[in-house]
Amino acid sequence: MTLDERPALAMRGVTKTYVDGETTVTALADVTLDVFAGEMVAVMGTSGSGKSTLLAIAGALLAPTDGEIEVDGRPLGKLSARKLAQVRRERVGFVFQDYNLLPTLTSLENVALPLDLGGASSATARSEARRALAAVGLRERASSFPDELSGGQRQRVAIARAIVGRRRLLLADEPTGALDSVTGEAVLKGLRERADEGAAVVVVTHDARHAAWADRIVYLADGRIVDETRASQPESLLTGGTL
Amino acid sequence: MSIKHSLLVLLGEGDRYGYELRQEFEGRTGGVWPLNVGQVYTTLERLERDGLVTREESDGGRQVRYRLADVGRTEVEQWWSSPVPVQKVGRDDVALKIALAASTPGVDVLAVIHAQRRAVMTSLQDLNRAKRTGSDEAWELVADALIFRAEAEVRWLDHTEARLAQRTPVTASGTRGALQTPGASAPDAVPATGEGVQR
Repeated sequence: MTLDERPALAMRGVTKTYVDGETTVTALADVTLDVFAGEMVAVMGTSGSGKSTLLAIAGALLAPTDGEIEVDGRPLGKLSARKLAQVRRERVGFVFQDYNLLPTLTSLENVALPLDLGGASSATARSEARRALAAVGLRERASSFPDELSGGQRQRVAIARAIVGRRRLLLADEPTGALDSVTGEAVLKGLRERADEGAAVVVVTHDARHAAWADRIVYLADGRIVDETRASQPESLLTGGTL
Repeated sequence: MSIKHSLLVLLGEGDRYGYELRQEFEGRTGGVWPLNVGQVYTTLERLERDGLVTREESDGGRQVRYRLADVGRTEVEQWWSSPVPVQKVGRDDVALKIALAASTPGVDVLAVIHAQRRAVMTSLQDLNRAKRTGSDEAWELVADALIFRAEAEVRWLDHTEARLAQRTPVTASGTRGALQTPGASAPDAVPATGEGVQR
């Protein structure tokens, strides 16, 4: 694992509250989390624990009530809406449960879209998109439309779209939701490989088996990080036993 | 795990020396359960005594090859056609500890659950990594079995935590119960893997 000094994602004392009538609901409370390039972090917790809010704030889709977020060392707090959109487009890739692919575009066009929107030349966007599709093992399906692909393939296109260009922060919200267990595992393997290649990956999941692909697992309860586990060092792997 | 039946299955594919059986066994089960050569020979002696295998000596009795007898072949067929007995409900150390924690005044049952879940999750992460770095299908198959069982334990812990959290009074700050805080010593977890695994 290659770790930069500077985290790809830094969340410091992040709090998010909503006002609902006369009551204030705390969705996130004082969350501090660093995710480095080459690292995969899983966020677990029951529904309503704040997992998706954490991801939305990390990806600059939602502003925190309090606290600071940095993506690639750049504080998001002082950025204008336009600059935030640029950070999202250039630095952050999202993978959702329902893929969010545009049905009228081919795999290649879907993957190239963030670069097209960012003003890249068509040739650059397509060549980067081809490379991203190859990275998720879908080089051959570049000209297929979403409805010609299986659920697992669509999710791999979504991962390719999330990593295309220079984006190093990959945020996935229940990316295996509707997939069967073998296909779901292939999607997690795809995310793991992106981390091994240097991306910072945050995956929200309720599935312990999927969370186990991560280097670190944080648990949220009532908007707070209440627990954290990380894999052992390889040398201490598995204790002995005989029949 | 039945060494006896495993050896009979391997002999069903052809005559074998004892050391070949051991190598073959470990290769076919992902090398997860190391078998010592003594166990192989003791089992083979019993199988011979019961008429399930026959032996054939060469090199003045120094080399012994084993062959599956007809009785052994029938035994193998019966083994394939009957399920491994599903374990009877027995003592479950984790369930016992948590049941006791839930009913003992002054014990933070959620902290006990968290410590246990940390231990199981770490073992799940380790198994996952071991599976990723392994290459053979047999090992992946066996690793999956251990992974799915560990997952079941985590799901049960999550479920138990959610149930117990509902009955624990909610504090003014909105957090439930006393959770692990920095500096507080973690309760000892029951060792996470029931089955020892070696790679």
